[in-house]
Amino acid sequence: MRHEYFWKNEAMSSDPYSDRGNKDLSLGNPQGMGTATPVTSGGRASSAPGGPFLIGDKMTGGYGAGPDILHDCTIAVDRGEIAVIVGPNGAGKSTGMKAVFGMLNLRGGHVRLDGEEITALSPQDRVAKGMGFVPQTSNIFTSMTVEENLEMGAFIRTDDIRPTMEQIYDLFPILREKRRQSAGELSGGQRQQVAVGRALMTQPKVLMLDEPTAGVSPIVMDELFDRIIEVARTGIPILMVEQNARQALEIADKGYVLVQGRNAYSGTGKELLADPEVRKSFLGG
Amino acid sequence: MDFLNAFIALSNFVIIPAVAYGSQLALGALGVTLIYGILRFSNFAHGDTMAFGAMVTVLVTWLFQAQGVSIAPLPTALLALPFGILGCMALVLLTDRAVYRFYRAQKAKPVIFVIVSLGVTFILNGIVRFIIGPDDQRFLDGERFIVSARTFREMTGLREGLAFKTTQGITIVTAVVVVILLFWFLNRTRTGKSMRAYSDNEDLALLSGINPERVVMVTWLIVAALATTAGVLYGLDKSFKPFTYFQLLLPIFASAIVGGLGNPLGAIAGGFVIAFSEVTITYAWKKVLGYVLPENLAPDGLVQLLSTDYKFAVSFLILLIVLLFKPTGLFKGKAV
Repeated sequence: MRHEYFWKNEAMSSDPYSDRGNKDLSLGNPQGMGTATPVTSGGRASSAPGGPFLIGDKMTGGYGAGPDILHDCTIAVDRGEIAVIVGPNGAGKSTGMKAVFGMLNLRGGHVRLDGEEITALSPQDRVAKGMGFVPQTSNIFTSMTVEENLEMGAFIRTDDIRPTMEQIYDLFPILREKRRQSAGELSGGQRQQVAVGRALMTQPKVLMLDEPTAGVSPIVMDELFDRIIEVARTGIPILMVEQNARQALEIADKGYVLVQGRNAYSGTGKELLADPEVRKSFLGG
Repeated sequence: MDFLNAFIALSNFVIIPAVAYGSQLALGALGVTLIYGILRFSNFAHGDTMAFGAMVTVLVTWLFQAQGVSIAPLPTALLALPFGILGCMALVLLTDRAVYRFYRAQKAKPVIFVIVSLGVTFILNGIVRFIIGPDDQRFLDGERFIVSARTFREMTGLREGLAFKTTQGITIVTAVVVVILLFWFLNRTRTGKSMRAYSDNEDLALLSGINPERVVMVTWLIVAALATTAGVLYGLDKSFKPFTYFQLLLPIFASAIVGGLGNPLGAIAGGFVIAFSEVTITYAWKKVLGYVLPENLAPDGLVQLLSTDYKFAVSFLILLIVLLFKPTGLFKGKAV
């Protein structure tokens, strides 16, 4: 017994980087702390005509000084399209999305939006350029009301945001009902609606969704897909990562299959659904 | 038994001083809680930030007094307060740029920030003593009392007097105004909401186009204003001495933690809890009990639970009790 006690104690002290001190919440408040290492502000966009509306071209990079997660990865979406990224866990789907949004520093490759090179722009500047992003997790401000969440979505706008807010309440009627309620108290499906609504508040020119249907029931999932198609019909191109590959590829104009940070297959949604290799490896036959 | 005189004595020695002291603690704790909620660390330099802001105010007050500028019957210090706030804002922005920004860029853990703020404390400690010296400084002028004990006795014919100092009145009024302004700012304005959003979820704030550096700057500016106001009110009410502000760190942190770190409402409640506990525990109850109890039960001793020398022990004890039984504080903490 005694021996074991000593052994444990030693194991504890032998690791000075065990992060124990940071668990004392009376000293620090790690909750909600940023994990992104975004492109620093001050960068400029330059003209780069041609190509798809939004493209992350041959992106290589990872988080901070860590190893590369993306290797020459290309994802793109054109006007009036829905592009879907699928792939196994850890394929770099979310990382690819973050890279396109400037939430990590690329070591290689370019991001271009609407004929402009935006690789050096910070995420805030990309929001101003018309990009909207719904991350997979922590995608709402839980301590704020639904309405405040939408207001924060429209932070960069200086014009009247009421009409846009009405549009979003029309798209997601449940949010109108709950608008004075704290967003953290909502159900999973409702939270996702707040998240998408928040991103739409900027009236983005392109919408990026990272697994919008994660953790919601199948019925809610179908409804969310319907809403997403509805948004796409208004002319906003949508780039999205989806876990339910089959359902997503059915509505996709373009599909990308990523494996280990590389493009494994790409094509139209129908092509990928018909490809026997893709079916066998990623769609369960 | 004489409840009226007992109540007057209680008001005079406990309620009014505790409300004034509680307001000062609440303003201090609000600053601590904002830094904790938004910049995500416990700022040990807060006491010395208060001292610095108060010091600038004292210096400007002296200047005004020498020039004969006065807003009598109010203390000249109130006129100097805006200058103190500006000086303190310059200081915190400078510290942020020179010190904290580096660690933010490294994405340093909160504990690192806490230790860094301890370093800032020592530097500020030295700067303040270097400029104004370690001694007590007088800068209060104007009318001393709104109601003095003697006038009150003459007015009411009661045996007990009730003194209400101008500084106490100013403290309470200022605290109420500042708190209302702060809550209005955080809950109603675009910038205030962006600060709450940043506190809630930094990455999502970034995705919404909120500029983190601007949020940090505005937070520091507000904290500087709160700290200077708290420091000047405390200095007016008691006295200005650099070391007392360093000591105030304990009751201020106790207030913020008792109320729930990161929760502004909690900071205010915590301030009053700490102030009332400190004053009631160190108050000699002999007089009040003498009025309330039947004559044969009147106490012989002072009925003082703890000497005033140990007043800081009270904050510490309450802090311990709260951390043991309700670590998130009276109000749910950890979010602005």
